[in-house]
Amino acid sequence: MITIRRYKKAESIEEAWQLNQQKSSRIIGGMLWLKMGKGTVQTAIDLSGLSLDGIEETEEEFRVGCMATLRQLELHEGLGTYTGGAMKEALRHIVGVQFRNLATVGGSIFGRFGFSDVLTMFLAMDSYVELYKAGVVSMREFAGGGYDRDVLVRILVRKQPASFHYSSVRNSQTDFPALTCAAARFEGPAGADYRFAIGARPGRAVVIEDSGRILSGGDIREQARAFGEYAAAHVPTGSNMRGSAQYRTHLVKVLTERAILQMGGEAGC
Amino acid sequence: MLITVNLNGKMVSGDVEADTLLIDFVRNHGCYSVKRGCETSNCGLCTVFLEDRPVLSCSVLAVRADGKKVTTLEGMQEEAAEFGAFIADQGAEQCGFCNPGFVMNAMALFRENPAPGEEEIKEYLAGNLCRCSGYEGQLRGILAFMEWRKKEGRL
Repeated sequence: MITIRRYKKAESIEEAWQLNQQKSSRIIGGMLWLKMGKGTVQTAIDLSGLSLDGIEETEEEFRVGCMATLRQLELHEGLGTYTGGAMKEALRHIVGVQFRNLATVGGSIFGRFGFSDVLTMFLAMDSYVELYKAGVVSMREFAGGGYDRDVLVRILVRKQPASFHYSSVRNSQTDFPALTCAAARFEGPAGADYRFAIGARPGRAVVIEDSGRILSGGDIREQARAFGEYAAAHVPTGSNMRGSAQYRTHLVKVLTERAILQMGGEAGC
Repeated sequence: MLITVNLNGKMVSGDVEADTLLIDFVRNHGCYSVKRGCETSNCGLCTVFLEDRPVLSCSVLAVRADGKKVTTLEGMQEEAAEFGAFIADQGAEQCGFCNPGFVMNAMALFRENPAPGEEEIKEYLAGNLCRCSGYEGQLRGILAFMEWRKKEGRL
């Protein structure tokens, strides 16, 4: 358990940012991961008084406040409809309802944890982070970046016409995943564009796209198989107590192939 | 830091440190049903309702509960008694250590979804571990409880 010397409920994002410039300060989200550490936090900065716990939906986008909980995301009707249930699937295996009532989307995304189902799901969507100082940054750029002292205010999801699929493999229910796979099929004027995010490799989730147009025309089963092999060859994996690199690479192939077939309307995959 | 919490319907004040956890605050105020099981935010033994939503009190700073409503099993006696007795009659009772967290989360499930199916029960209660009496027995007990309520015309 971490030691916290001082708690401050920020009265503005500016105040939170100012306090957070001290290296010994930490912004607390749900505090579930932070709590597991052993260090000392001089000032714990709480954003829960800044009305950043809502999910707004407009015609063009979703605006998810950093203090919205994973359970809110899971139960949000608009996100459920837009993602065809993929958002719920990405979240429902994370520990338990009581945990997801605390864990915040801001904490999950800012942490950029390798095991994160949340980061994996958002990476497949046309999503962005809104940072207090750096402004709006694509999720992909943010996911690949380093930690700084900025404040993550919101997550934005642009409503591109798309279908989604999410799957993960866990050695046992509620455990960290051995691999996560979020897939999107964006419908454009020139046909469908696919994007896949693969997480728990066990490193941070990465995006892989169909730059070679493997998935354009022809038999969907053959294409899906070919893309699965392409993804397995290009997504780096590693070993830890939840699986070997070889096992994970095999999962990359299987999960991407299944996702393509599911989004293409193939049943029984 | 002085905080005031509506704990089981009573306003309770206390002086807490910045890192005092809600579990310790409620136990210091006599709510011994709330247990610390895993220390890794996984087991669900410490489940309380914060503003009527089930949360892990081992992972909430007490200061974050300032001005809010907190409910433990001590404040749920009437609502939980029927379910607790039914589960005990089914032989699906746990030891007293894990049981309060399990009952609290079962109550949260019934509030959200009065007639859950088998998969919904499994999913909602997945965050309650340490069930020494077995998962199958409790699942069967809850399904029997739902059936009984249906027969009583209460669903």
